[in-house]
Amino acid sequence: MSTADEIAKLIEPTRGRFGEFGGQYVAETLMPAIAQLETAWRVARDDASYWAEVDDLLKNYVGRPSLLYHARRLSAEVGADVYLKREDLNHTGAHKINNCIGQAVLARRMGKRRLIAETGAGQHGVATATVAALFGLPCEIYMGAEDVVRQSLNVERMKLLGATVHPVESGTRTLKDAMNEALRDWVTNVSDTFYLIGSVAGPHPYPWMVRDLQSVIGREARRQILDIAGRLPDALVACVGGGSNAAGLFAPFVDEASVRFVGVEAAGEGVESGRHAATLGAGRIGVLHGSKSYVLTHEDDERMGQIAHAHSISAGLDYPGVGPEHAAWKVSGRAVYVARTDDQALAALELLARTEGILCALETAHAVAALDEVASIVGKSGVIIVGLSGRGDKDMVTVAQRRGALP
Amino acid sequence: MTAQLRAAFDNAAKENRAALVAYLTFGDPDPKTSIDIVEAVAQAGADVIELGVPFSDPSADGPSIQRAMERALIAGASLPGAIAAVAELRRRGVKTPIVLFGYYNPMFVMGPATFAERAARAGIDAVLTVDLPIDELDELAGPLATYGVSVIPLVAPTSTPDRIARLAGLHAPFVYYISLTGVTGSRAAAPVDPARLAQIRTASGSPVAVGFGIRTPDDARRFSAVTDGVVVGTALVDRVAAGDAAGAPARVAELVRALAAAMTRS
Repeated sequence: MSTADEIAKLIEPTRGRFGEFGGQYVAETLMPAIAQLETAWRVARDDASYWAEVDDLLKNYVGRPSLLYHARRLSAEVGADVYLKREDLNHTGAHKINNCIGQAVLARRMGKRRLIAETGAGQHGVATATVAALFGLPCEIYMGAEDVVRQSLNVERMKLLGATVHPVESGTRTLKDAMNEALRDWVTNVSDTFYLIGSVAGPHPYPWMVRDLQSVIGREARRQILDIAGRLPDALVACVGGGSNAAGLFAPFVDEASVRFVGVEAAGEGVESGRHAATLGAGRIGVLHGSKSYVLTHEDDERMGQIAHAHSISAGLDYPGVGPEHAAWKVSGRAVYVARTDDQALAALELLARTEGILCALETAHAVAALDEVASIVGKSGVIIVGLSGRGDKDMVTVAQRRGALP
Repeated sequence: MTAQLRAAFDNAAKENRAALVAYLTFGDPDPKTSIDIVEAVAQAGADVIELGVPFSDPSADGPSIQRAMERALIAGASLPGAIAAVAELRRRGVKTPIVLFGYYNPMFVMGPATFAERAARAGIDAVLTVDLPIDELDELAGPLATYGVSVIPLVAPTSTPDRIARLAGLHAPFVYYISLTGVTGSRAAAPVDPARLAQIRTASGSPVAVGFGIRTPDDARRFSAVTDGVVVGTALVDRVAAGDAAGAPARVAELVRALAAAMTRS
C-alpha cells in the first residue's frame, strides 16, 4: 500500500476538531495563513509525489525505517514481551526529524522562504535547523532562556547548523514562552515565513498534519510487529509532552480495539507537589496556543485562567498544554494516560542502559518507567511496543548532576 | 451595550473627528492605581476605554504590553479583578464606554455564561478577545449577547474579503482594524488605505477604529482624518511605566489630552 493510501486511512479532524478539541484560536492576522496551510496540506496529503519526496528523504537522509528491537533483557525485567521502536536511531537522534522533513517539503512547495520554530529540549530545534540546512533556508529558533541553559549542547548544534537561536526571557522562560515568541514572529512575518511547529499542538491544521507526518512511526511498527511476532501488540506506550511521538505511534492502530494506548506524562516532583507537567492527568480543558485541549491552568479567583508553570526534569515534556487529539482520546477512553516522576524516569533510564545498552532521552525514560504497570495488565505473554522517541546524549549533564557525578 | 459605543463614535463624527480609543492594562502598575488611571483617562477626553486583562501568555502583544501584564499579574491583577474594577469605575461615575480586551482562556475558565453575566452587571459594554477569530467567536458572543454585551472583531491587513464580509452578521458597535501585521507596539504605523477602510466599513456595517503603531498626537491627527476611531495603547502603557505609581494617572492623562486635542479639528 502506498504512503498516501495509508495516510488516507487515518482519521481527519471534523471542522478542525477532534471531538470538542482543537480549533483555531489565533489572532485574525494569522487566520489566512492557517487557511492557506490547511489547503496546501490537503493537497499534499493526497499527492503521491509529495509522499515520494518525503519518503525518499526519510529513507536516504533520516535512515528509516527505524528498527523495531525485541528487548529481551528488559522484557524479563518488566514481565512482558517488550519491543522498542527505535526513533533514537534516526538522524539527529529523535522522532522530531520525521515531522520536520514533511513540513519542510511542504514549505518549499508553498514557496515559503524562511523557517521558524520553537523548541523545548532542543530536539525539535535541532531537527528544524537540520532540514533548513538541507534545504538551504534561513532558520530562526525560539527557545526559553532556562532551556538554553539546560540544553546548551543542543544550542551549539543548532548554531553549527546555521540557525539563529533566540533565548526567550519572558514568562517562565521555557517551551510555552518560546511558542509565544514564535507566534509573535509569525504574525509579524506571515507572508514569507513558515512556522514549523514541533508537536501535535497549535491551531488546526498542525495537530492533524504533525500526527500524519509522525504516523510513519506507527505505520512501520505495525508492519514490523506483524513480521516479527506475527500478531498485533497488546499495548503501545509512549511519553506525552505535546504528544507527537505518542500520536504518531498510536494513530495507525486506532481501529484495532485490542491494542491499548498508554500515554505517559511527566509527574515531575509528584502530581500532588504541584510541580509537574501532567496536563491530561491533572489539568482541565482550556485554550492555549491556538487550540482547545487540556491545559495546566489556575482556577482560583486571583489567578483565574492564567497558565500554570509546568515542571519536569525533561525539557521536552515541560509544557502546560497537550495535543487536542490526545484530549479526545482521553475523553473517549481510547487511550489512558499515566504519569511518572523525575526520579522514576531517571531510574528507568538507568534500567534501560544496564539491561539493553541503550541510553534514551529523559523524555523517553518516562515511557520506560510505566512498563511495570502496563506489563501487569497485559501479562507475561503480552506484547508491548514502546516508542523509544530519542537518545539521551543531550541529557548526560542533567543525569550526571542527578547522580551526583557533576556539581 | 452597543448603543453607548455607537454613540461615542457618532458624537465624534458630529464633531468631524475620529473617536479616541485608549488602551490600558488593568492592574498596571497595581490594581488600585490602574483604576485611578482609567478614571483620569476618561476625564482627559478618551471616547472609549479598552481595558486589557493581563494574561500569562500574551502571544499577540509586544514587549511593552507583555511587561505591563507581567507587572499586573505580580501585583495580583486577574479577570475577576478587572470586572470589579469596571464596577468601581461606574460607581465613581465614569460613563465612558469600556471594552474589556483580553485572551480567551481566563474567560473560558470562568465560563462564558458566568463571564457574560458578571461583565454585564459590572457595566462592561463590549469584549474584544484577541484569540477568538470570527470562526471561533460564537462560543463567547452567544452568551455575551444574552446579557447585552457586544463583541468587537479584529480585522488585519491579511484578512480576506470573504472574512470581512462575515463581520456583517455581528452588528458590532465598531471594528478594530490592525494597521500592520505584527504584535502591539512593534513599529511605527503605516499609512492606511482609505479604500481599504471604506471596504471594511461597508462590509461590516460598523465604524472602523485603527490601531497598532499610533503613538503621538501627530500620528493621531493623521489617522483621525481618515478613520472613525484611533486606538492608542503601547504609548499610554509606556507612560504608566515612565515614573512612580502615584504620578501615573497624571502622566497618562496628559498624553490623552494631547491626543484628543490633536484630533479635534477647528
